[in-house]
Amino acid sequence: MNKPTDKKIAEVIEASTTQFTAQCYELYEVPPLGSLVKTGDIYGIVAYAETEGMEPGRKPVARGKDEATEKAVYESSPQLKKLLRSEFTAAVVGYCKDNKIHQYLPPQPAHLHSFVYLCPPEEVEEFSKSFSFLNTLLNAAIPIPAEEFVAATLRQMSHVHDNSHDFLVAAGKELANLLNSNIARLKNILEKLKIK
Amino acid sequence: MTDKLGIVTNASLEKGVDVRLDAPVSVEDMVVGRYVTIEGQKRRFFGMITDVRLGVTDDSLTVSPPDISDPFIAEVLNGTSTFGQIHVTPMLTIGGDAAAITEGPQPVKTIPTHFCVVNLASEGDIERVFGKEDKERFFIGNPLDMETKLCLNLEEFVKRSNGIFGKSGTGKTFLTRILLIGILQKSKAVNLIFDMHSEYGWKGTHEGGAPVKGLKQLFPSNVAVFTLDEESSKRRKVATDYVVKIGLNEITPEDVAILRSTLNLTDLAVEAAYQLRKVLGKDWLNKVLNLSEEELEELLKTANIHESSLQSLKRGLGTIGRLGFVVPEAKDDAVKNILDYLQQGRNVVLEFGRYQEIAAYLLVANLLSRRIYSRYQQKMEEAIAADSDAMKPRPLVITIEEAHKFLNPEVADKTIFGTIAREMRKYNVSLLVIDQRPSGINEEVMSQLGTKITCLLDNERDIDAVLAGVSGKNELKAVLARLAPKQQALIFGHAVPMPVAFQPREYGSAASYKDFTSPGKPTDEKAPKDIEKLWE
Repeated sequence: MNKPTDKKIAEVIEASTTQFTAQCYELYEVPPLGSLVKTGDIYGIVAYAETEGMEPGRKPVARGKDEATEKAVYESSPQLKKLLRSEFTAAVVGYCKDNKIHQYLPPQPAHLHSFVYLCPPEEVEEFSKSFSFLNTLLNAAIPIPAEEFVAATLRQMSHVHDNSHDFLVAAGKELANLLNSNIARLKNILEKLKIK
Repeated sequence: MTDKLGIVTNASLEKGVDVRLDAPVSVEDMVVGRYVTIEGQKRRFFGMITDVRLGVTDDSLTVSPPDISDPFIAEVLNGTSTFGQIHVTPMLTIGGDAAAITEGPQPVKTIPTHFCVVNLASEGDIERVFGKEDKERFFIGNPLDMETKLCLNLEEFVKRSNGIFGKSGTGKTFLTRILLIGILQKSKAVNLIFDMHSEYGWKGTHEGGAPVKGLKQLFPSNVAVFTLDEESSKRRKVATDYVVKIGLNEITPEDVAILRSTLNLTDLAVEAAYQLRKVLGKDWLNKVLNLSEEELEELLKTANIHESSLQSLKRGLGTIGRLGFVVPEAKDDAVKNILDYLQQGRNVVLEFGRYQEIAAYLLVANLLSRRIYSRYQQKMEEAIAADSDAMKPRPLVITIEEAHKFLNPEVADKTIFGTIAREMRKYNVSLLVIDQRPSGINEEVMSQLGTKITCLLDNERDIDAVLAGVSGKNELKAVLARLAPKQQALIFGHAVPMPVAFQPREYGSAASYKDFTSPGKPTDEKAPKDIEKLWE
């Protein structure tokens, strides 16, 4: 469960059984692609993020012609931070019940306006002890290629493991079993997993 | 260290068991002939690796191989998309219940279920199957790539005729020496060895090494060396016990018959020998060789023999007559002498010295064996009549080399060895045949051999001949054809519960001699361990 010290980063503005979209409280403070986030008891993995204007149909205009730096653009137009918003979509990969992590879809989707937290390293490590979520990732209906998504997730998760090489090999083997009839796809993911 | 190799993925009683190897097990460590156990749900299976293969989950991997220069990708794919497979031929089972365990290993009649765990056989497994070294079992070597002692029950072994096969230079002679020592130590049987190349008695040669000790040097009180060629024995500084001479009067037409092809005789010439014996009596051969021209003509008329046949026969008999150990009349009875030694429990090695031509070997081995066998037959019948086990003669094992010359289909019916091989142990005589061309041996004789031990053979017909009638023949063929050219052998048949490829124990170093002459004595390393135990 969330501890009171965890910092909320976003709020759910769209939710379904398989994914939820959250708006970040701060512009551009989107969790990295593939990171594990949590809202309520539901775990999701960041699959897609975008930043756009508040009003649909009204395009942002270029403002930096007379500014020296990009930062100066925002400083001279402080309203921008209120007119623009960053959102991300997370694929639901599991939920927590009775302090136990289940890597399958939750019985109910997330609530709107529930807070979204970035999972701390210990929780990521605990979650990634099992690889059942990989199959969910491979089949998630998201706007980016599933190979990119899986590779980004595993790269993110590998940072919290003491031996990231062993973690990636174990995950790779799980993927090899899942994709045993589609080697091209497997190779595609494996090539994106190299961290060095 | 766990010895888990993988899991059963497919099986058929007829075709064997397919095992998918676990990722950490390298396919390169798997060699045919190795011995594995399969932990079935209700019983354990023992089997032998008979094939090793590579597998892929997706054929496109073989078409466009991944970048294996990247160790990460190689590591991920190893054991998942690409994996090793072994093919195991199950040979024995042990049931799980108490009764089955006391019963011991049984021949395989079923197969393990899916995904049973396959392990490398441990020392304990091998011991359970082949037994420990004890008063009947003799340590003959180590199963391939294992430290375990492979033991052969020699009391069982000598109950049948046996064969040792292998190409020239594969270690048949070393293997035979080891087995002879085993028979000498662990069974009641005595050996009579027709030692064509003088390899067993006193000293043997060792390719690329110092000469090795023969039986007499290791067991002086149990082994007697007889020789046909006293001079050669003296030159080689061999202490011989007896010089064998063969009297011309001892040679019968039957002996001539088996030399037919060796002496290049015609069928009619052989027929003539029988005829002459009828006319001239026991000393026929001596007489034929010393006949004058007139006597010859006279003889041709009375015996109704064609002249050309007689000439052919005379030419052949001349070859026999010229052999140095053949005398017109032998002073003492060589057969009686050999039998006396054998009855005292002493093993007899008959050295041929310089008489290494096949004619001499065939003649002597056949002649002596026939007469020894008939004495055995007589004694055995007397013992049966008197219903006394004590009167039965000691079991005898006759060792012959170049066995295909005695047991080829043409002469197998005529030589005594054919009879011995077929009649087995009825008269307490069995054979140990050593040969490099098993395909030349009569099929019927081959099928009667109890235990066969074979070193590398690479002729298709020889392999077929050796493996004829063995279950799992094709799998064993793969094992046999891949034995190392030296010091590896495959044993199967009566005396072993299942076929096993092994490396014969060492023979030739001082330590090995000590092991043979005083087996089971604690070695120096063991003593400190025992002392340590006292303090525990």
